[in-house]
Amino acid sequence: MSIQLRNLTKRFGNVEAVSGVNLEVQDGELLALLGPSGCGKTTVLRMIAGLEEPTEGDIFIHGERVNHVPVQRRNIGFVFQNYALFKTMNVFDNIAFGLKVKKCKPAEQQRRVQELLKLFDLEGLSQRYPHQLSGGQRQRVAIARALAIQPRVLLLDEPFGAVDAKIRQELREWLVHLHDELNLTTIFVTHDQEEAMEVSRRIAIFSRGRLEQIGTPREVYEQPANEFVARFVGVMNVLETVVQNGVARCGELEFPAHGLDEGRAMRIGFRPYAVQISPDLGQYRYRAVLRHTFFLGIMLRLELELPSGLTVRARMTKEEYNALGLHDNCEVSFQIKAYRILAQEGAPLPPETSQIIEMPPNLGEGI
Amino acid sequence: MAGYVKSQIQTPRRSLRRSTDEPAWVRWALTALAMAFAGVFLFLPLANVFAQALSLGWQYYQESIAHPHTLAAIRLTLLIAAICVPLNCLFGLAAAWAIAKFEFRGKSLLTALIDLPFSVSPVVSGLMIVVLFGAQGFLGEWLRERGIQIVFSIPGMVLATVFVTFPFVARELIPLMQAAGSDQEQAALTLGASGWRTFWHVTLPSVKWGLLYGIILCNARAMGEFGAVSVVSSHIAGLTDTLPLRVEKLYNEYNAAGAFAVASLLALLALATLVIKTWLEWRVAREEQLAQQGPMLSAGDIAGNSVEK
Repeated sequence: MSIQLRNLTKRFGNVEAVSGVNLEVQDGELLALLGPSGCGKTTVLRMIAGLEEPTEGDIFIHGERVNHVPVQRRNIGFVFQNYALFKTMNVFDNIAFGLKVKKCKPAEQQRRVQELLKLFDLEGLSQRYPHQLSGGQRQRVAIARALAIQPRVLLLDEPFGAVDAKIRQELREWLVHLHDELNLTTIFVTHDQEEAMEVSRRIAIFSRGRLEQIGTPREVYEQPANEFVARFVGVMNVLETVVQNGVARCGELEFPAHGLDEGRAMRIGFRPYAVQISPDLGQYRYRAVLRHTFFLGIMLRLELELPSGLTVRARMTKEEYNALGLHDNCEVSFQIKAYRILAQEGAPLPPETSQIIEMPPNLGEGI
Repeated sequence: MAGYVKSQIQTPRRSLRRSTDEPAWVRWALTALAMAFAGVFLFLPLANVFAQALSLGWQYYQESIAHPHTLAAIRLTLLIAAICVPLNCLFGLAAAWAIAKFEFRGKSLLTALIDLPFSVSPVVSGLMIVVLFGAQGFLGEWLRERGIQIVFSIPGMVLATVFVTFPFVARELIPLMQAAGSDQEQAALTLGASGWRTFWHVTLPSVKWGLLYGIILCNARAMGEFGAVSVVSSHIAGLTDTLPLRVEKLYNEYNAAGAFAVASLLALLALATLVIKTWLEWRVAREEQLAQQGPMLSAGDIAGNSVEK
């Protein structure tokens, strides 16, 4: 096991930035720390690196407790959000810095830097200064510099935050390939769930200093541990319903609620892909007007407006859309295939309700 | 935003020019006023210094400067500057580092205190040294018992000059270091560098122009300081006279040409400072410009040097 965090806690004055985080990172793993800004994910990363001292709890790297090992001796590659390249040094000297500090022989330095320049496709740029590089090039120099010292672990703080959208996409794929090649334990911090999903093999989701869930992208998407994760990862329709006559109701939408007290509030969520749409107004139970269609490449996101004014988001492929002959402002019928209960008034959620609930036929099909 | 607005305004050029630009006569009048002011109050006196210095001929000018007391004053001035500038360089770096990189109680107080020598009259600065170290001062008794003479001798003059020139280096470095943040230093630490190495290889190179600028200004002031030094000097010719004190003395002795000859040395120092200062400003501006152009210049590289494989 590469990194182990035990009950890791960090307080800044009265503010608890990180509270009791327990986390294990496997050897050679590529893990994302995901969460909204200010959730403590960067603080966790900085504590692993030794740039921040934990208030409580322990950090183990390769089984060794490193709480009091200074940052210089932790042998960790850290890539800063804005890269923090040495602006008075050229690319070569930036990458060679760590080797010089380690009193590496000049010939060995030369060989190692050339190797990294080649690996990172920076060969023609070794004499350039950071201000003469593009965002993507700067990032690669920063990673090359961090890897030059052959660290035990690579930590990246929002590695794709400072480059524009197109390059970001390329860099994501590149990081995955780099990780495959080096097989180095890598942790990166991001606030972008799509990025976390795409790049990492496991995602640790943080909110308000707590680790909410850790799992594969598929696990956190399909089996979120709690409401926060369910709402933060992926798009979700969220409805505030009230139980009336044995059904939970919000506008015209109804969900089964047998045996629940009258008037109890329930928060219900369903994914856009759980919404089935038909141009045949008799096919499904609910009616709506298709207000907007957003083209997201191969997938489309549809916004349905219900007579009560509720908005429901759905998604389908372009082919499905064309086959159904849909267009903006056309009337459709729809049903919700599956949903989950996110929260309910006065009682904690029984564990099984965090699972997806299939809509019973009597509340799905048209009448 | 500003650029966007500007480009919009420029399209209907004729009609808007009148409303945005001042009339020609206002521009001419203001420029002429500024030039006349600079001419009368800055250039004329400077030219006059050299004219007066040479009024009794080149021979007399040379003799005035070669006078043993003048040479002693030059030596003392250089000595004081040689002590003050490195000291304030050190204090300035330490203070700027503390203010820019750490959070601590009393930070704003320290920032205000750094400016104190700028806001206090130099004469008061000199008097503070007397009050502290003089015979009747707080430490006077203690110093006398140990036979240490500070006031009315060279140590006092050095102290007064250190006090007066303290803000120059710190003032230059604080905004630079604040803007740079501490990310580069932290990066150096993660790469295994000690604090000392980080300072020499990362921090210092990134502020070197600002530091040099501060040193130049600090040096000019250290050599030219009159008020504070005058209070704590015993005014013994050839012993405790600096160049500015020597100028005053010669002038009071009705030796105008001699006074101006020595003054011309200080004027030359001022001119040299000005030239170096302008050159430094030009360098810094050029580097900033380069830094801004950088990513745009290399935009072509992204296409040529395929970013990812």
